[in-house]
Amino acid sequence: MAKVPVQFTLNGSEKAEFIDSGTTLLNALRDKIGDTSPKGGCHQGTCGACSVIIDGELRLSCLTLAETCNGTTITTTSGLSESGVLHPLQRAFLDTFATQCGFCTPGMIMAAKVLLDHTPNPSRDEVVEALSGNICRCTGYEPIIQAVLLAARANSQNAA
Amino acid sequence: MELRKNYFADVRKDDLHEVGQPRPRSDSPGHVTGKTAFFADRNFPGMLHLKMVRSPHHHARIRSIDTSEAEKHPGVVKVLTAKDVPHNVYTILILIQIGPEDETVLADGKVRWKGEAVVAVLAETERAAQEAAAKVKVDYEVLPAVFDMEEALKPGAPLVNEYHGQNYYLYDSGECRKVRFGDVEAGFAGADHILEQSYQSSPIEHAPTETTGCVVAPEGNDRFTCYTNTQAMFFTLDNTSIILQMPGSKLHFVGGTVGGGFGGKVDVIVEPIAILGAKLTGRPVSFIYSREEEMQISSPRAAEKVVIKDGVMKDGRIVARKVTGYTDAGAYSRHSPYGAQKGAGHYPGPYTIPNVWIDTYCVYTNRTPSSAMRGFGVTISDFALEVQMDKLARLIGMDPLEFRFINAYRDGDMKAHRQPTEGAALIECMQEASRAANWPVAEKYMAMSSYKKGA
Ligand code: FES
Ligand code: FES
Repeated sequence: MAKVPVQFTLNGSEKAEFIDSGTTLLNALRDKIGDTSPKGGCHQGTCGACSVIIDGELRLSCLTLAETCNGTTITTTSGLSESGVLHPLQRAFLDTFATQCGFCTPGMIMAAKVLLDHTPNPSRDEVVEALSGNICRCTGYEPIIQAVLLAARANSQNAA
Repeated sequence: MELRKNYFADVRKDDLHEVGQPRPRSDSPGHVTGKTAFFADRNFPGMLHLKMVRSPHHHARIRSIDTSEAEKHPGVVKVLTAKDVPHNVYTILILIQIGPEDETVLADGKVRWKGEAVVAVLAETERAAQEAAAKVKVDYEVLPAVFDMEEALKPGAPLVNEYHGQNYYLYDSGECRKVRFGDVEAGFAGADHILEQSYQSSPIEHAPTETTGCVVAPEGNDRFTCYTNTQAMFFTLDNTSIILQMPGSKLHFVGGTVGGGFGGKVDVIVEPIAILGAKLTGRPVSFIYSREEEMQISSPRAAEKVVIKDGVMKDGRIVARKVTGYTDAGAYSRHSPYGAQKGAGHYPGPYTIPNVWIDTYCVYTNRTPSSAMRGFGVTISDFALEVQMDKLARLIGMDPLEFRFINAYRDGDMKAHRQPTEGAALIECMQEASRAANWPVAEKYMAMSSYKKGA
């Protein structure tokens, strides 16, 4: 299988890898680079557990070929907390008991981050819409929605 | 959450330090930072991937298996069939002396459901394993199959599972689990009204976000570490030990992190064959269900059928209840004999009924084996009997909640299993429910208590 070189910035650090052509970004991140925070729940674009942020946009890493990510900037959940300080979204997920098994959590946080980056004060409907591509089988969603709204409130208080 | 301290004030302890106190979950910091290690987050150099060849038929005799093409496929390291498994026929609950062993790890001579594991292929990459699995040739003689519990119980129905000899589980109490209390026919004879209804449910898939699987690493000296998302660590460890005929001291299981389970990860399915693969190749092995496999292969909640016949008086008292329940185990027992048995215990409901007669059957069909799921054996029972309660209330023109107050068991009442009721709080729960749901009931019910002073 042909190997292709790929270079991108992952959570602030440069990565350069030779990968098999056709490898998904999800597998490249998890198996090659060792960032296992994106999870593989379906490998077919339906669960959202593998969500990452590429150049500011929410992407499903199981449906993204690693070789198409050359020169991009990628953020995963493991890159959110700086020197041990939790990101407001991470804090809010903790405080509202928005995690149960935790398998969907990294993908949820990525989807929520893109929403808050674009819409700092979302309505409840906007939160629901933004999370609609992410499946959680444990929480019943309500605590997750509350977490995102709580993080948004924290944001606007900081800004004020 | 509000803790109502007015209930049972004279018997409650008030020096509790944990109940009613919020506590942070110890695992959620790992979840929100992406640091929690799920089994598939373990990656070992030289890891092999295991893919299963599965039966395309519901019921068939296996005439022959030809793995020669698959073995030649580039990247394939090992192909396993039934003869490679030391103790190939097992059943999970044998650990608590509930037999017979009735299920094969890899099919031997026969398949009994569509999706049953027949051949395991271990290869350098997932893709090579998949391609090689497609090259395994199995010659099947298709047999008549049975998918309906009532059909399965008819004389002359195709025999699903030879290890049982008939299409139902044989309990020590006979062909079903039984509860007998009072005289149910006399109860019906004296009742003002009789209502008989049937209820049925379909299988339900748990669909955990993380699919079932495990990663096994050989530690040298014949010891194996198995990272798994099983919900039943010791069922898995002990059954693996039996299946592989290896002492438990050779098996090191690492688990406790489960990406959703809901009972669906209680069976012992992936670990024994993955450890066997690691043992025979000397290499780490990963066996992870695809989403498609998870939905098709993992054991669902059993389909159930329930017939409930109740005798009720005009004043609201239920005087007789007769129930026949059927649990569709699919082709193998797994946890279903236990599920059906739980149903037998549950059908009287939380009600005091003087005459009760219950039979529950665990039935075998050529469907996907069902097993544990969130209160299996009692959830469908509850659905059926609470719908029945509403219908009974309507029949006698009574408010459905007041009807339940009349029949709710209270401390000191004798249950159908001949255990006196202790520590009941149903009346109090219904009083709170009536307030919370804004569903008023007559004052005399609000004055009732489960705790009969001096009883
Ligand atoms: S793993 Fe990518 S959407 Fe499910
Ligand atoms: S917390 Fe388990 S899937 Fe969301």
